[in-house]
Order: sequence, then C-alpha cells, then structure tokens
Amino acid sequence: MNGSHPHYLRPGLPAPRPARDGLDAPFWSALREEQLLLQRCGTCQRWQWGPEWICHGCHSFDMVYEAVEPVGQIFSFERVWHPVHRALVDQGPYIVVLVELPTADNVRLVGNLLGDPRQPVPIGANVSGIFEHHSDADPPYTLLQWRLT
Amino acid sequence: MAGVGQTTYYKHGQSPHAESRLALEAILNACADAGIAPEEIDGFSSYSNDRNDGPRMAAALGCRELRFSNMFWGGGGGGAAGAIQNAAAAIAGGLADCVVAYRGLAQGQFGRFGRGAEVGQVSGEAAHTTPFGLMSAAQMFAMKAMRFMHDHNVERSALRAIALASYQHAQTNPLAIMNGRPLTPEKYDDSRWIVEPFRLFDCCQENDGAAAIILVPAERARDLPHPPCYVLGATSGGHYRAGAPVHNTPDYASSHFKTVARRLYDMAGIEPEDVNVLQSYENFTGGVLMAIVEHGFCEPDEVNDFFSIENFLAPSGRLPLNTSGGNLAECYMHGLGLTIEAIRQIRGDSPNAVPGAEVSMMIAGPMVTPVSSCVFGSQATL
Ligand SMILES: [Zn+2]
Repeated sequence: MNGSHPHYLRPGLPAPRPARDGLDAPFWSALREEQLLLQRCGTCQRWQWGPEWICHGCHSFDMVYEAVEPVGQIFSFERVWHPVHRALVDQGPYIVVLVELPTADNVRLVGNLLGDPRQPVPIGANVSGIFEHHSDADPPYTLLQWRLT
Repeated sequence: MAGVGQTTYYKHGQSPHAESRLALEAILNACADAGIAPEEIDGFSSYSNDRNDGPRMAAALGCRELRFSNMFWGGGGGGAAGAIQNAAAAIAGGLADCVVAYRGLAQGQFGRFGRGAEVGQVSGEAAHTTPFGLMSAAQMFAMKAMRFMHDHNVERSALRAIALASYQHAQTNPLAIMNGRPLTPEKYDDSRWIVEPFRLFDCCQENDGAAAIILVPAERARDLPHPPCYVLGATSGGHYRAGAPVHNTPDYASSHFKTVARRLYDMAGIEPEDVNVLQSYENFTGGVLMAIVEHGFCEPDEVNDFFSIENFLAPSGRLPLNTSGGNLAECYMHGLGLTIEAIRQIRGDSPNAVPGAEVSMMIAGPMVTPVSSCVFGSQATL
C-alpha cells in the first residue's frame, strides 16, 4: 500500500485490542472478516459511534452491531510530519482522515488515506474503505483504511 | 483574587525540584503576595488530575482546617478557569474562606504529554485512533482546526498573528522562557510542520513549574496589599455531546465554548466589547482561533481581518492577547500562568499592562471537554 510495504504505517505502533468490557469487540472481530459493523439502536434505529452501552437519543440499552457499507466522505484530515512514536521516526509524512458515513447517520471513523502522503486532500471527497490485515500480529487484527474514489 | 504565585519556570524535565515541592513553593509565593499565612488556607482547587492533592498539601502546609478539596474533571488545561470557578463557588457558598487554585508540573519526574505511549497494545477509545498514528494532543486537535479553517476560508496569517503576539509579549516578561528569543514572521513561516495545519510555533511548550492563586471573600479585598480584583464570572462545560468518543462530537469544528461563553457573559453581566484584555489558552493556535470566535470577539468569516498582530498587541491593540507570552512563550503551566496574567492586568502589574484595564478575560483549554473561562474585574466594575 505504501510502496512495497503491506501496511500504510511502519510496524511497531500499539496494536488495537477490544475493550476489556467487550463494548467494541464485535467491531474488531468483524473487521477480520472484511465487514464494517457499527452500533445501531434497536429501539429508535439511530446509528451511534464511538461505542457506548446506551443510545444517547432514547436511552435504550439495546445497542446492536449492524453492517455498514464502508463508503463516505472526508470530513476533515491532518497531515502528520512530526513523529511522536518511535515506530514512526522514519515514516515521513502521513495522512489521517476523519470519514463521515452518510448511510449511518453521519457517524465518523478515523483512518489513514492511502496513496501519496503528500497528495492534496479534498474535504468532502468520496472515499471507500480498504481492509488492512495485520495477520502476523499476535493476536491478528484488521484496520479499516480509506482511498479516494 | 488575593494573591498569585509562580515558581521559576523550567524547560520540560529540567526542574531541579520534585513536582510536589514546586506546588508548595508556588502556594507559599501566592500567600506572600496576598499577605496571608499559609495556615489560613482552608480550600484546595485543582484540575487535570494534578498529583498534589488537597489533603496532602493541607497537611504539608499545616493548614488549621481543610474545608474544601476539589478536582475539576478532564485533562489538558480545560480547568485553568474551572479551578477558579470551583474555588469562587466554594467561597460564595460558604464552604471555605481561603481557597488556593493551583497546578504543579514536573515532566522530568512524570513523563511528557506530547509523546505517544510506548506500549504494545491499546484498547478503548485509543484503539480507534492510535493505530492510525493519531495519538498526541496536536494530532487530536488538528482536524478540528483544519475543518474550521476550511469552512471559513481562514488564512494561515490568522494563526501566525496569535503566535507573534505571544512571542512579542514575552520579550518584556523576564519570567518568560522565550524572553530574549523573539519570533519573526519569516521564522514562523520557515518553521517545520508538526501536523498540518500547525507549524512548530503554533504548538505550546511543555514546561516544569507550578502556579497558584489565592481567593478570599470579596469583603476582604480592601485589606489586601494589591488593588482589588474580583471574579465577575466563571463557567465551564461543553456543548451538546462535546465529549462524544472517537471524533464524533456533532458540532466538531469547535473549541467547545459556544454555550460556556454565553453563560459567562450572562453571569458577568458584560458583552465582548467590554473586555479590555484577553488571555486565551494556546495548546495550539487553532484552538485560540476558534475560542476567540466563540467568545464573540469576531464573526467566523471576519477572522482574516481581525486576527492581526496590530489588534493583539498591548497596550493599544483592539484586543490585547496573551500579554505575558502565554503557553507559547511564557510557560506552559496548563494555563494557570494565563489566569495569573489576567489578574495582573486588573492589578496593573502585568509586564505588558493595558492602561485602564477594568475587565480581563481568561479562556482555558480550547477543544477539550470540559473547557472553562472566567472574567475578572476591577473595583469599578462592581
Ligand atoms: Zn435509541
């Protein structure tokens, strides 16, 4: 994805693990299967993200993980130049995007924008998700990344 | 506001003293400034999970009685006015008579803020950001500023004006870390990117030191050594779901002051045009940008005209800003240095005093939740 390297960022960053209380476990296990699951209220049908035990709209505890097509728009972005983690010292610039999902009440996800790290990043542009597998990690995990469409 | 105290300010990790000692020193300095015996302190108010808790401080100082011990929730500098709010509320409510608001920081002892955690795994909210290389405060807030600047066509010169004002004011403040290290527009423009839209000089320092402010009931003001300085208002909080996880705050491109500022003006009984001088917490200049707009000093689409070095310079600018050098150029004491400077402006002993300043505002910790802000006034404002 970034030259010959299979991952956008260099290895050595902390690996994501499901929260110990299980709140976001379905999200992480679905990514392994190349599926994006986000929380939806079983009572009022409102989408919600990040993960919460309760629906902020109707206070139902019936929060269900439902599949969402990983397509959306760039809501904002940043290009990082100064590495704050040892793993990224030789990374060079990279792009973090905040992606809004119109089919899920505009909830937002953080990811990287694949491709040239120096490319212009148009706010509002359409993006689609790419599943970036870290199968060598122990335990393995998958990140959802984004590319312009 | 009875007295203010600071320690020497050090570059991060360079304090020769332990954090707890720094906090005690700042409290003693504030007591001396107020002409109050340390034993008289009966309340402690801090923020940002300060490690020097009230009960320990009270015991160490031999305070006769502890009546109020309070921590303002939230990280960063969101409580640099919130600690004043809670101290003032305790006094107004009759819970305590002599409250110190304080913050001590020694990062050599406890590690830096602007570093990613060197750990193998992350979970909770961090699991949804850290693996994408989003982990420092600058990285957490850059996307808010980026979106605001996009929505309102803000030019880089607006951010630059904030940095230039802070640095210029530091040149006449002997306490300031950046005293003797002026910033020019060229030096700003040539500085390296940290994370777009922030360059090096858009980001605060990290420092070691401590600061403290002593509050007593307003009736005691005339017995104190300094010209009276009153809390006209202090509010805190955040707008609807400001604390929503993983960058999902509905009104995202915000410093989180839209409701807090309105309540502040109502409580103080003033409007933006009444404010003579402003201290606005610079974690990053983009936060100052949005905070000034959300406190009603200019409309979002007027930013490119309003944000100029001329407008921000003491003594005669339209809105003198960060007149001690602020977090960028005086010291990063999680904003309490800015609160002290707001008080000095009313007392008249600021290094860049605004002549005749009667109303002075301090804005704390833009973009975190909760944020806070407060207004100080002279005798004439009562
Ligand atoms: Zn619901």
